[in-house]
Amino acid sequence: MLALEQLMAARWQMAISLGSHIILSCFGVALPAMIFVVHRRGIRRNDQVALDLAHKWAKAAAVLFAVGAVSGTILSFEMGLLWPGLMSRYGDVLGLPFALEGVAFFVEAIFMGIYLYGWGRLPPRTHLLTLIPMIVSGVFGTFCVLAVNAWMNAPSGFTLLPDGTITDVNPLAAIFNRALWQQFTHMFVACYAVTGFLTAAVYAKGMLLGRRDAHHRLGFTVPFTFAGIAALLQPVIGHIAGMRLASDQPSKLAVMELATTTESRAPLYLGGILIDGEQRFGIPIPWLGSLISRSSINRSVPGLDEFPIEDQPPATIVHLSFQTMIGCGSLMALIALWFAWRWRAARRGGPDPFSKRMLQATITAGALSVIALECGWITTEVGRQPWIVYGIMRVEDAVTSNGGIWITLAVMLVVYSAMGTAAALVLRSMAQRWRDSGTIDLPTPYDPGSDP
Amino acid sequence: MSLVDLIAALMFVGVLAYSIFGGADFGSGIWDLLALDTEYAPALRRQIDRSIGPVWEANHVWLIYILVFLWTAFPTGFGAIMTTLYVPWLFVGLGIVLRGAGFAFRKFAATRASARMFGITFAASSLITPFFLGMIAGAVASGRVPAEGQGDLLASWTGPTSWVGGTLAVLTCAFLAATFLAADAQRAHDPELAAWIGRRALVCGLVTSVVAVGAIVPIEIDSETLAGKLQGRGAVLLVVSALAGVATLWLLHRSAWATARIGAAVAVAAIVVGWGVAQYPDLLADNLSLEDAAGARSTQIGLVITFVFAAVTAVPAMVWLFILVNRRDWATDEHA
Repeated sequence: MLALEQLMAARWQMAISLGSHIILSCFGVALPAMIFVVHRRGIRRNDQVALDLAHKWAKAAAVLFAVGAVSGTILSFEMGLLWPGLMSRYGDVLGLPFALEGVAFFVEAIFMGIYLYGWGRLPPRTHLLTLIPMIVSGVFGTFCVLAVNAWMNAPSGFTLLPDGTITDVNPLAAIFNRALWQQFTHMFVACYAVTGFLTAAVYAKGMLLGRRDAHHRLGFTVPFTFAGIAALLQPVIGHIAGMRLASDQPSKLAVMELATTTESRAPLYLGGILIDGEQRFGIPIPWLGSLISRSSINRSVPGLDEFPIEDQPPATIVHLSFQTMIGCGSLMALIALWFAWRWRAARRGGPDPFSKRMLQATITAGALSVIALECGWITTEVGRQPWIVYGIMRVEDAVTSNGGIWITLAVMLVVYSAMGTAAALVLRSMAQRWRDSGTIDLPTPYDPGSDP
Repeated sequence: MSLVDLIAALMFVGVLAYSIFGGADFGSGIWDLLALDTEYAPALRRQIDRSIGPVWEANHVWLIYILVFLWTAFPTGFGAIMTTLYVPWLFVGLGIVLRGAGFAFRKFAATRASARMFGITFAASSLITPFFLGMIAGAVASGRVPAEGQGDLLASWTGPTSWVGGTLAVLTCAFLAATFLAADAQRAHDPELAAWIGRRALVCGLVTSVVAVGAIVPIEIDSETLAGKLQGRGAVLLVVSALAGVATLWLLHRSAWATARIGAAVAVAAIVVGWGVAQYPDLLADNLSLEDAAGARSTQIGLVITFVFAAVTAVPAMVWLFILVNRRDWATDEHA
C-alpha cells in the first residue's frame, strides 16, 4: 500500500512539473517565430509599432524563458530522482535525444541572450537574423523531447533478453521509433496554437478595454494567424496520430474510446464513464468509433477485455481527457475559421473584423488551447499506464524507493504556484508600465525611493 | 584513450565549464546578498544584471549537459548518484528554480519592495545551490555513493569531504564572480564599483586559498583514495592552482581586474581538473569505475557525435556571445 502511495505521489509530481513546463516550452518553441514576423515587418516597412511589439515580446519572452529553463531543469532532475529504475536501465537507450535536446537548448539560450541584449547594439539585420537559430532550435528541441516520449510509447532500438539484460542498443532506431513523427508534429503544432492563441488573447483583452490601436491590431493578428493555421492543421495531424494506436498501443486506444469489448462497427461514445467494467452515461454514435480510429466500419476497435486487469490504464480519465481535447480543438478550429471569414469580409468592405464577440472568442480560444494541451498530455501519459515503457517496464518498477515524495510534492506545489503567480504579476506590471511610461526600457528600482 | 575515457573527458568539459561560468553567475548572486543595503548595493545590482543577464541561461545549460551525459553514458552511475544523493539534489533543484525565477523577475519588478523580495530569493538561492552541488561532489569523491545506489540518505553527503566541497564551491564562486564583476565594472566606466568589488575579490581569494590549503587535512582523514591521488598525479594541478591563485591575488592588489579574471579562472579550473584527475578511473570513487558504469557503446559513439555537433553549433555561438558582452558598447545600459 505504501508503495502505491509512493507511486501516486511520484506520478503527481511528474504530472505537475511537466504540466507546468509544457506551457512555457510552447512559448520557447513558438514565440521566436512570431517575434521574427513582427520584427521583420518593423525593419522592412520601417514600422515603429511592429518594432516596439517585437521588443516587448522579447522582454516578455525573457521572463517566460527563464521560468521555462528552470522548470525544464527540474524535469531532468526528476528523471533520476523519481524514476531511477527507468534511467538506470534504459538511460543509454533513450538518452541520446536528450543530449541532442541539450544542444538545442544551448543554442536557444545563447541566441536568446544575444537577441535580448542586442536591441540598439547589433546592426538591425544581424539582430533580426539571431532569431533564426532560436526558431530552428525550437523545432529540433521539440523533435528530441518528443522522440523520448514517443519511445516510451513505442519502444525500439534495443533487444531485451529473457534474463533481463539489454543488448543491441541502437540509439538511432530508438529515436526513429514508430510513434515519433505523429507525436512530434502533433506537439509542435500545438506549441504554435497555444502560444498564438494566448498571445492573441492578451491583445483581444486590450481591445475589449478600448485599446483599439495599430499596436493591438498587429499584436492580435500575427499570433492569431499562427494559431489559426495550427488549429486547422491539428485535427488532421491528431487523427493520423490516433490511427497508429490500434496496432501500437491498443490498450490506450481502448480507454480513449471507452471500448469495453473488442468489436467491429464499434460505436463512438460521447462522454461516458466506466463503472465496474461497464460503459455508462455515454451517448453512443453507431459505427463512428471504428470509422474514426480504424478508417473503416468493418475493422474492430480493441476493447479492454483483451487486457488483464493489471494491464489496463485508468479508463474514465483518459476517455474524458481525450474527448475534452477533441472538443477544445474543434472549437479552436471553428474560431480560427470565423476570424478568417470576418477578415476576408472586412477586406471586401465589411465591418471591422475585431467585433466584441470575436475578441471574446479569442480569449476563450486561449483558455481552450491550454485545456487541449493538458488533456492531450493526460491522454497520452495516463493512457500508457501502467507502463512507463509500453509493454516492457511498469511505472512501479521505475519509481524511486526513497520516501517523502508527498513532502517534495507539497513543496513543489507551493513553489510552482508562487512562481506562476509571480510571473503573471511581473508580466502584468510590465504591460502596465509600458502603457504608462511610453518607453520600452523599464528601470529596475534598486535605489531607495526609486519606486516609479 | 578508450571510448569510455573520451566520453568521461567530454562530460568533464561540462563540469569544468559549469564550475567557471555557472560558478561566476552563482557567485554574483552571493555578492548581491552580501551587498545588503550598503552604499554600493544599487550599482552592484545593476552591474550584476548587465554582467550575468545575457549569459546565465546559456551557462546554466552546462548543468543539463552534465546530467544528460551522465545518464546517457553511465546510466547505472546516474541512478546511484540520484537515489543516494536524493536530498542534496532536491535542494539544488529548489535553488535553481528560485535563483532563475528570482533573477528574471527582479529585473522587471515594478516596485522596490518586490525587486527586493525577488532579489533576496535570487541571492540566497545563489548561495545554497553551489553549496549543495559542492556537497554532492564531495560525496562522490569520498566514496560514499555505492555502485548499486540507495546509499545512506543523510550520511552519504554530510561527511568531511562534502563540507569541504560545499565550502570550496561557494568560495570559488564568490571569488570568480568578484573578479569578473570588477573587470565588468571597470569596462562600464565605474572605477569606484570596480575597486569596491575588487577589494572583496582579494579578500575572498585569500580566504579561499587558506580554506583550500586547510582542506588537505579533512580530505586526508576522510578520503584516502582522493588524498593519495591528489598528492600523486593531481599534485601538478594543485601547484598550478596555487601559482595562478597567488598571481591573481597580486593582480587584484594591483587593480589589474581584466587580467586577474584569467588567473582566477585558471586557479579554479585547476582545482576542478585536479578533482577529476584524482578520481579517474572511477565514476563513483572507490565504488564504480567508468568502465563498469558505461552503457551501450553505440550510444557513446552517438554522444561523441553530439559533442561534435555542439562544438560546431553552440560553441561558436557562445564565443560570439562572450565577445559581444565584452564589447565596450555592451558594458553599459541600453540607450545609455
